[in-house]
Amino acid sequence: MELFVFVVAAAMILAGAIGVVVRSHPVHAALSLILTLFGVAVMFVAQEAHFLAAVQVIVYAGAIVVLFLFVIMLLGVDRTEDIKTEPFKVQRPLAVIVGLGVIGLVTAAVVASRDVVSSRGSGLVTPDMADPDSNIRQLSRSVFGDYVVAFEVTSVLLVVAVVGTVLLTRRVKPVVKEAS
Amino acid sequence: MSALISAATPTTTWYLVLSAVLFGIGTVGVLVRRNPLVMFMCIELMLNAINLSFVAFAKRMGDIGGQTTVFFVMVVAAAEVVVGLGIIVSIMRKRPGANVDDISALKG
Repeated sequence: MELFVFVVAAAMILAGAIGVVVRSHPVHAALSLILTLFGVAVMFVAQEAHFLAAVQVIVYAGAIVVLFLFVIMLLGVDRTEDIKTEPFKVQRPLAVIVGLGVIGLVTAAVVASRDVVSSRGSGLVTPDMADPDSNIRQLSRSVFGDYVVAFEVTSVLLVVAVVGTVLLTRRVKPVVKEAS
Repeated sequence: MSALISAATPTTTWYLVLSAVLFGIGTVGVLVRRNPLVMFMCIELMLNAINLSFVAFAKRMGDIGGQTTVFFVMVVAAAEVVVGLGIIVSIMRKRPGANVDDISALKG
């Protein structure tokens, strides 16, 4: 069962990720991104991160992708772009080499060290029927306990982001000289 | 056959390898694509790959700190998307249909 979930979710993630890279239509790329994000949410559930799975669906698939689609429609770039032609001939083979190198090196490191990190298995309580919300309680103890300063700084970051975006996208009104 | 399937439960290594593959695809996307919006989506792919590996490590190490980090990564990703899309909107308003080669000089 666990294997089945992993295979299906991994297929969703990889199909969506490849779709984001190869689809020439930006809207199709955004929809492929949703597929990937749902696959990652399934992986979060499989890894006992239930609250993060909910946040993943609500914030990523809900808010961020909708924001992407909104900007695509607002700018009117919702047409197929020509990705057949490539100005720099050498760029695509180099990019594929770099990508395969990243995948190969990280995979080699992970496989080589698969027995190094031993499972301590102490702190993370697995939610069960008797205590279904233990994941949320643990996470909230961590966020509002150990990391409360970082949490407060996060609120400052969000305010700065909102104010900065308003400043960036504000249209400056042309100064009209009044003929007196 | 069924014994083989039941024996092969996905371990942390599987999740980390999947995360590496997702990160690699995102890297290729950022390097290949020229539409700034699609490049942004590929950056989201890379962030999700990192989140996946953080959650896998949280399970493996038995430590909730990994999930807390993913929580903060999500918040920062949301802020980053807001600012990035704001920049893209303000550029595209001046030059409709610009790709990243057209705006490489970073001057209005």
